[in-house]
Amino acid sequence: MVIEIGQPGLLSTVQDAGRFGEYALGMPPSGAMDLFSYQVGNYLVGNEEDAAGLELTYFGPELTFTEDAIIALTGAEMPPKINGEEAATWEALAVSPGDVLTFDYLRSGARSYLAVAGGINVPLFMHSRSTYTLIGLGGHEGRALQEGDELKTGDAGDRSDRVGKRVDDDHVPTYSSETELRVIIGLASYRLTEESMEEFLNTTWTVTPDADRVGYRYKGGELGFVEREQPAGAGADQANVVDFGYPIGSIQVPGGVEPIVLMNDAVTGGGYATIGTVISADRDRLAQTKTNDRTRFRSVDLDEALEARKQRRQQLAEVKEALG
Amino acid sequence: MGRSVDTELPEARYSYGGDEYVFVELAEAMSLKVNFRAMAITNKLREEVIPGVTDICPSNASYMVRIDPDELHPDDLISRLKEIDEEVGDAEGFELKTRVVDVPVMMEDPWTHETLMQFRDRHQDPDVTDLEYSARINGYDSKDDFIAALLGSPWLVTMIGFVPGLPWCYQLVPPEEQVEVPKYVRPRTFTPERAFGFGGGFAVVYSVQGAGGYQLYGLAPAPVLDVEQKLKDFKDSMVFPKPGDVFNYRGVDREEFDRIRSEVEDGTFEYRKREFVFHADRSLEDPHAYNREILGVLYGD
Repeated sequence: MVIEIGQPGLLSTVQDAGRFGEYALGMPPSGAMDLFSYQVGNYLVGNEEDAAGLELTYFGPELTFTEDAIIALTGAEMPPKINGEEAATWEALAVSPGDVLTFDYLRSGARSYLAVAGGINVPLFMHSRSTYTLIGLGGHEGRALQEGDELKTGDAGDRSDRVGKRVDDDHVPTYSSETELRVIIGLASYRLTEESMEEFLNTTWTVTPDADRVGYRYKGGELGFVEREQPAGAGADQANVVDFGYPIGSIQVPGGVEPIVLMNDAVTGGGYATIGTVISADRDRLAQTKTNDRTRFRSVDLDEALEARKQRRQQLAEVKEALG
Repeated sequence: MGRSVDTELPEARYSYGGDEYVFVELAEAMSLKVNFRAMAITNKLREEVIPGVTDICPSNASYMVRIDPDELHPDDLISRLKEIDEEVGDAEGFELKTRVVDVPVMMEDPWTHETLMQFRDRHQDPDVTDLEYSARINGYDSKDDFIAALLGSPWLVTMIGFVPGLPWCYQLVPPEEQVEVPKYVRPRTFTPERAFGFGGGFAVVYSVQGAGGYQLYGLAPAPVLDVEQKLKDFKDSMVFPKPGDVFNYRGVDREEFDRIRSEVEDGTFEYRKREFVFHADRSLEDPHAYNREILGVLYGD
């Protein structure tokens, strides 16, 4: 089956669960930013968990299906229409040859996911189909979709029994313009003064326009560093450290003014002091925030982070179980 | 230059990077010794093939491990890392099977010059070039003496990252000879691909064009990243540099630069490189004498 791309939307990319094991080369994982929505999409259409789908950012594309297919839309509320008729989300839908999928304006969240039975069949690059646009690899020709592109899907067989399968309302996330993200304080957090760490945790930060797959930049406060004689190799600025690795989800504070949380297309290392890391369970929600949304960071310990991770997995398992 | 040069290394600092990473800062200050420790520890960890470990990332004075915490509890990993740390100790007698590589670079090339002139308003000293500024603050009489120091001794690749393939390089010279420069006051929005730059105590070759804050000195004609893997050196990996490589940055003129560029473009370029066992102790004891030996391996036949 082939999907033809009309207008491509603001940023539509092929993504799967990510490209792991290459971080030491400077290669970030890429992959779906909101893995929960992405994965549930695959459950709905009966795919393997890591089948590739489309991540649609802020403003959706126009897609035409050339054959019968089973699809599902999850994630941000960006109301889909098939041939102009409003269609359901978080539900497996049947489309016929010539059907056109379009989207209404974004109502909440930031990223919608399209899952197609059989998965988007682009070549594997380093064991993943995820797009990493910075150096143009993976996904469809290493870039966001453009008008005129054609995407092939994998063989799905007959999955008409999936049609109408629907995620229970209790498991459909709602996205608010105010979000709390849990963080484990650490890494080079000793570089911040105590008052600044308090301020970091007490400030309601605003997502700036600089919020993309590499990272989210926030404004709203000013943080100060503990004065020190800078160690050899770090450079003179108090915000700098001897260049080190940045975890996905890590928070850095260049110049003390605008914290950045690194996401799936992260730079893998550098010389800015990092002060903590957003826990894995909360990155799905982070990925659904957008410019001008407000965010607070709450400090948790490792046990709470692992408990949240377990709960998220259980929730996914329940969704999968219920969908059969 | 008023910065502290400790020979005794402090205790490592272990930290959780969320629930999926363990981050270990071996020291706040860079030194060859601490990088040898980071390499020795991560090499050992890699050999152990612990289930649940997905990424092992050595860096300059630290290292980072990504895990699947459903399979391996971060505290269990940290316990093992502390044992490995004890076994490695101060990495005395650390040997590294590596290679020494000739890396051509054209200093004061027209392309990075154009870039640095374009972003003068983001620099500490807008009235001079990045090289002139760096020479002055490091106490060199002239820009040419400064260039001679950079090109006069080989470098250890101490970390790969930021973007795919970018090598951080620390020069194999005594602490008091290490060059140190600040990054730009505000980062540039553009840096040419293959630019040779310097920030903090590290030289880099930018693997792709993009934003950057390092002082700009020159341009390398040969790539460090080849996504299409057309060149022979990239057959096994699209990234050429490896942690522990010894790079010798060798100045080339425009004629040689252009010749190498055309070899890269027609797919025939290959780095000059030699296999080599690097003895950390010898480098720490008498770096200059050891460097002469290293360069003999690279350029002698």
